[in-house]
Amino acid sequence: MSQVKVQNLRKRFGALTAVDSISFTVRTGEVLGFLGPNGAGKSTTMKMITGFLAPSGGAIEVAGFDVGEQPVEARRTIGYLPEGAPLYPDMTPAGLLDFVAGCRGLGGAEREQRVRETAARVNLDSVMFQRIETLSKGYKRRVGMAQAILHDPAVLILDEPTDGLDPTQKIEMRRLIRNMSRDKVIILSTHILEEVQSVCTRAIIISDGKLVANDTPAGLEARSRLHNQVILRIRMDGAQAGEESAMAAALRALPGVGEVKSAAAGGEAEFCIGAKGSAGIMDDVARFAHGQSWPVMELSRRRGSLEEVFTALTRSGE
Amino acid sequence: MDAVRSIFKRELAGYFGTPIAYVFLVIFLLLSGIFTFYMGQFFERGQADLVSFFSFHPWLYLFLVPALSMRLWAEERRTGTVELLLTLPVAPWQAVLGKFLASWLFIAVALLLTTPLWITVNVLGDPDNGVIVAGYTGSLLMAGAYLSVGACVSALTRNQVIAFVLSMTLCFLLVLSGFPLVLDLFSAWAPGLLVDAVAALSFLTHFNAVTRGVIDLQDLVYFLSMIVFFLFVNTVLVDLKKSE
Ligand SMILES: Nc1ncnc2c1ncn2[C@@H]1O[C@H](COP(=O)(O)OP(=O)(O)O)[C@@H](O)[C@H]1O
Ligand SMILES: [Mg+2]
Repeated sequence: MSQVKVQNLRKRFGALTAVDSISFTVRTGEVLGFLGPNGAGKSTTMKMITGFLAPSGGAIEVAGFDVGEQPVEARRTIGYLPEGAPLYPDMTPAGLLDFVAGCRGLGGAEREQRVRETAARVNLDSVMFQRIETLSKGYKRRVGMAQAILHDPAVLILDEPTDGLDPTQKIEMRRLIRNMSRDKVIILSTHILEEVQSVCTRAIIISDGKLVANDTPAGLEARSRLHNQVILRIRMDGAQAGEESAMAAALRALPGVGEVKSAAAGGEAEFCIGAKGSAGIMDDVARFAHGQSWPVMELSRRRGSLEEVFTALTRSGE
Repeated sequence: MDAVRSIFKRELAGYFGTPIAYVFLVIFLLLSGIFTFYMGQFFERGQADLVSFFSFHPWLYLFLVPALSMRLWAEERRTGTVELLLTLPVAPWQAVLGKFLASWLFIAVALLLTTPLWITVNVLGDPDNGVIVAGYTGSLLMAGAYLSVGACVSALTRNQVIAFVLSMTLCFLLVLSGFPLVLDLFSAWAPGLLVDAVAALSFLTHFNAVTRGVIDLQDLVYFLSMIVFFLFVNTVLVDLKKSE
C-alpha cells in the first residue's frame, strides 16, 4: 500500500519557489532518502507533509488522509523529528515523553509502558530525569527520536536525523532507523551520501525545489559516467614499451567501448575504458588483452559514484 | 481533550519549574499588601472592606499579566518547539486553550494566596463578604481578559520583551478607555452613544461595576467575550505565524 502520496507539491515564499511541483509516493517498508544541497527544499517538503506548513499548491495524502483536509488525523499516523530536534529545554526526557504521549491520547498504564519501552529502545534510561538543556547533542537527538517513535507511527519523517552526531552515534542512529523500517514508511533527509547507501531503499534528489531523480541507490549509481568503467593495468616492458597510445586506440576500436584514457608511469600503463551502453565490456576487454598477450597486472570494473551523480544533478543551482 | 489537558499540565509545570512563578507570586502579594494597607489608606478610612485592594488590580495586572503571558508563544517560536507542538495531533485552538487555562489558573492561585487579607478584614470588622466574593470573581475575569490579550500578542513575535511591551500597551489602552479623563475628552463633542461604546470597551468600567458587589450578566458576558475573542485571534495568529 502506498502510505505517503505527494502530488505536484509547491511552496512559494514571496518570490522564491522553495518547492517546485514535486511528486512521489512511498510504500510501507521503504526508507526514502531526501538528498539535496542546503536550501534545496527538503525541510520545506517535510514540513508540508507533517501539516506544519500549508502548501501553495498540490496534494498530500498520508495513510489515506488528505493532510489539508484532515490534518489532525494525518498527524496521528506520523512521527516527526524536525530539523535540529527542537525540545523544551526546561523539561526532562521523562516529562517530555509523557507530555507527547498525553497529546497523542495515550493514557494510564499504556502510556507508562510506551514511554519506558521507547526510552530503552533509544538508550535514554540514564538521563530520563535530567533537564534536557543539560544533555549532550547525542542525547538530545535521541529524545527527539524517542518522541517521534513513541506511538509506533506508520509514517516516520526524520529531518537530518544524524546531523551533528559523532561517527559512532551516526552508526547507531542508522541502525535504529533500519531496524524500524519493516512496518513503516520512513522518509529522511540528509546530505551525507553514504547514509543513502547504508539506510535508504530509494532516494530522491532535490535541487532548487525540483525533483531531479527518484531511484534506488544502485540505480542512481548506474547513472554515473564512471559506472561499468573498466580499469586495465599493463606492465609496459618488452614489446609494449612506449606503445600506450596505440594500445588505447586498439581498445577504443572494440565494440561497446566508448572513451579510453591512458596514463603511463613507472613501467606500467593504466587504461580507463568507458562503456558505451549499459552492457558490461569486461569480458571483451579481457579477451582482447589476452589475445594480444599483454602482461595484465590488474583488470577491474568500477561501480558508479553516487557523489558524481549527485554533483552532476545538482550542479545547475550553483 | 487529552491534548488540552496535556498542554495545560505542561504549561503549568513550566511556570513552577522556573523562578518566574515564585517571583510573580511574591511581587503580587507584596504589591497587594502595599496597595491595600499603605497606598489605599486602609486604616485611615476606618472601613473593613477590600475596596482599595481590588481597585488597584487593573494597574497591578497591567504589569504582571504581560510578564506571565509574554513567553506563551514567543518562546515556542524562538526555540522552534512550536514545530514539535503543532505537528502532534493537536489543533491550534487546543494548544491556545491549554496554555491560556494554565496561566489563568496560575493567577487564580495568586489570588487565592491573598485570602489572608480577606480573613484580616473579617477579624477587624464586619465586611460585606458578598461584595468581596464579587470582587474576587471580577478580578479573576479581568485577569483572564488581560491574559487573552497578552497570549494573542505573544503569538505575534518571537521576542518576549516586545511581547511584554506590546501587551502592556494594548491592555493600557483597554483600561484607559474607561477612565474619566478619556471619557470627558469624548463627551465634550461625541454623541452619548459613542461615549458609552468607548466606555463599554473598557476593562475598568466593567470591573468597577462588578466590584460594587453586583455581578451583572452584562459584565460577565463582556469579560467572557473579550476572552473568547482574543483567544480566537490568538488561534488565527498562531496558525498564521507559526512557521515564520
Ligand atoms: N519561512 C521561510 N520563509 C522564507 N523562505 C524560506 C522559509 N523557509 C525556507 N525558506 C527558503 O526555502 C528554501 C528551501 O529551504 P529548506 O527547505 O529549509 O532547504 P533544505 O532543508 O533542503 O536545506 C531556502 O532557500 C530557504 O531559504
Ligand atoms: Mg533542511
